[in-house]
Amino acid sequence: MATPSTPDLAREARLASDPRYIALVRDRQRFSWTLTAIAVIVYTSFISLIAFDKPLMAQPIAGGTTSIAVVLGAAMLAGTVAICAVYVWRANGSYDARLAALLESVA
Amino acid sequence: MMARIAKPAALLLLLAWATGADAAISGAVVARSTNWTAILMFLGFVGITLWVTAAAARRTRTVSDFYTGGGITGFQNGLAMAGDYCSAASFLGITSQIFNDGFDGLIYAIGFLVGWPIVLFLVAEKLRNLGRFTFADVASYRFLQGPVRSFSAVSTLLVVSFYLIAQMVGAGQLIQLLFGLPYLYAIIVVGGLMMVYVLFGGMRATSWVQIIKAVMLLCGASFLVFGVMSHVGFSFETLFARAVAVKTRLALETGLSPADAAAKGRAIMGPGGFIKDPISALSFGFALMLGTAGLPHILMRFFTVPDAREARKSILWATVWIGYFYALTFILGFGAIVLISFNPAYVDGAGALLGGNNMAVMHLAHAIGGNLFLGFISAVAFATILAVVAGLTLSAASAISHDIYASVIRKGDAEPAKELRVSRITTVLLGIAAIILGVVFQKQNVAFMVSLAFALAASGNFPVLVMSLLWKGCTTKGAAWGGAIGLLSAFGLTVVSPVIWVAVFGFEHAIFPYSSPALFSVPAGFLAIWLISILDRSPRAAIDRAAYPAQRLRSETGIDVHGPAAH
Repeated sequence: MATPSTPDLAREARLASDPRYIALVRDRQRFSWTLTAIAVIVYTSFISLIAFDKPLMAQPIAGGTTSIAVVLGAAMLAGTVAICAVYVWRANGSYDARLAALLESVA
Repeated sequence: MMARIAKPAALLLLLAWATGADAAISGAVVARSTNWTAILMFLGFVGITLWVTAAAARRTRTVSDFYTGGGITGFQNGLAMAGDYCSAASFLGITSQIFNDGFDGLIYAIGFLVGWPIVLFLVAEKLRNLGRFTFADVASYRFLQGPVRSFSAVSTLLVVSFYLIAQMVGAGQLIQLLFGLPYLYAIIVVGGLMMVYVLFGGMRATSWVQIIKAVMLLCGASFLVFGVMSHVGFSFETLFARAVAVKTRLALETGLSPADAAAKGRAIMGPGGFIKDPISALSFGFALMLGTAGLPHILMRFFTVPDAREARKSILWATVWIGYFYALTFILGFGAIVLISFNPAYVDGAGALLGGNNMAVMHLAHAIGGNLFLGFISAVAFATILAVVAGLTLSAASAISHDIYASVIRKGDAEPAKELRVSRITTVLLGIAAIILGVVFQKQNVAFMVSLAFALAASGNFPVLVMSLLWKGCTTKGAAWGGAIGLLSAFGLTVVSPVIWVAVFGFEHAIFPYSSPALFSVPAGFLAIWLISILDRSPRAAIDRAAYPAQRLRSETGIDVHGPAAH
């Protein structure tokens, strides 16, 4: 695909070899894979609980009607939103700040 | 401009209801008498969206305007994504599933939500930093354009077709039910309006149709939930306890012993028959989770925002609204159990919903807000279908005009005016195809088609996107052929699984025993890409690998990012 402007190859080489760039990519990648692993493991556990222990999931909490399944289900919905919020907060915050500083200093 | 657009659409509608009320309907669903409140409310929605389309048409001049809508904020895009994703099937289907089985409906809803973090963590920002109009821009970034774009276009058309058939058939049945329109006219109205939105307004009109629809859907569902909760004194415990009491009483009436009836009543609070074998459950879960990150009409929405930062915000907002929406559907399902179970206006003697299996939330709307609110919710359901269908059509049209015509046939130097014309011609053809498919599949079981679309997206597009973005060693051959193998294995396993092999072809035993192929076809896709790439010793493979560092730098930093519009 054609790029809109002629790429500045020398600047790209400086960016790519800058230790701050290498550290940023490493940190952000580690963070996103960690969160991915958490999301996959939590969801897989939730489905496995349903598949393997239905009586446990159906148990009421605190002697009422509301069951463990309903509470965990609601927690899954809330947790999914929360894990996205954590990523966006960090990526748009400290990671973007580091990126902006890097792009500004490597002209 | 306004008049030019509004006239044909108004004629189409007039034509549709003039003959609508008296036609006899056959098939599983029974048509109601024409619902004028619903039709007036829907006309109001159509009026507003056509006005938006006319406004958008005045500003849709360039190819970029057509594909990306000239740029919206992350918040707006998040709403549009929610509008694109929350289909009428989930609004009506999940509430009705909860009305019947209780908790099980929530498992489905959660599956649809958990894909979004994966999109956010693995592909969103890199996609935005590298791409311009379609996800194939990104998948083919450092590769030979022909093979990878061809794969992406075929995969997009396949995924979109299955999704579209399910939506069109659902639309026809729903509209016949809610408005008293015959199936064929309902399909023509949906196909026709969708063509008008996409043709004249491109992505800008599609985005706004989706945003307006999302706001209407969320407001309508919130109002209903408020009605339900005020009925039970704003206590979830009371809501659940009363739902269990209702189900127990229903079970008693069928002649069960009190102890059995109590157990049956309590069953709605825990998982039931929805998940039978763990492998099918996990496989289906993975299709939903990874498929979201491969749906072309969702991925296309990332190019409507200016940068990676707004792309991330889009997903956060989309997740907030979709999660909120599914939480509402859960309460609505239980509210329907409490409020409509014994009312002969809504259920027959056996406790089945009048008017078809999916009508729980419609009856609930009537019970809480009367005819006026039923009309509003019906109009929202129709608007929902239009918004989803328009988004699907736009992504299929861009796969043909941008990936096939401009990039493969014209080798990247197509005149923008011609590319725009190709995408508009494609839109018309797709609209006609959607109407024909809707008619052809009217009597078929289309329930498996949405999950098939997710499985195809998870097994083809998702591995190609992840490997081309994150693995240096990926080559042209690996991406194109490996992706095709993933796609084909998902398709093939679905054909020999119970939903088609037994239910459609009538064989006694399915060759592949599980209901979803994703647990096997997604690894097959990744494995094929890896294997073909490492065995690839062609000169092109060397170019592909050498181009990785430059691609990686752009995907991480967003330098040279394509803006959403050039004005």
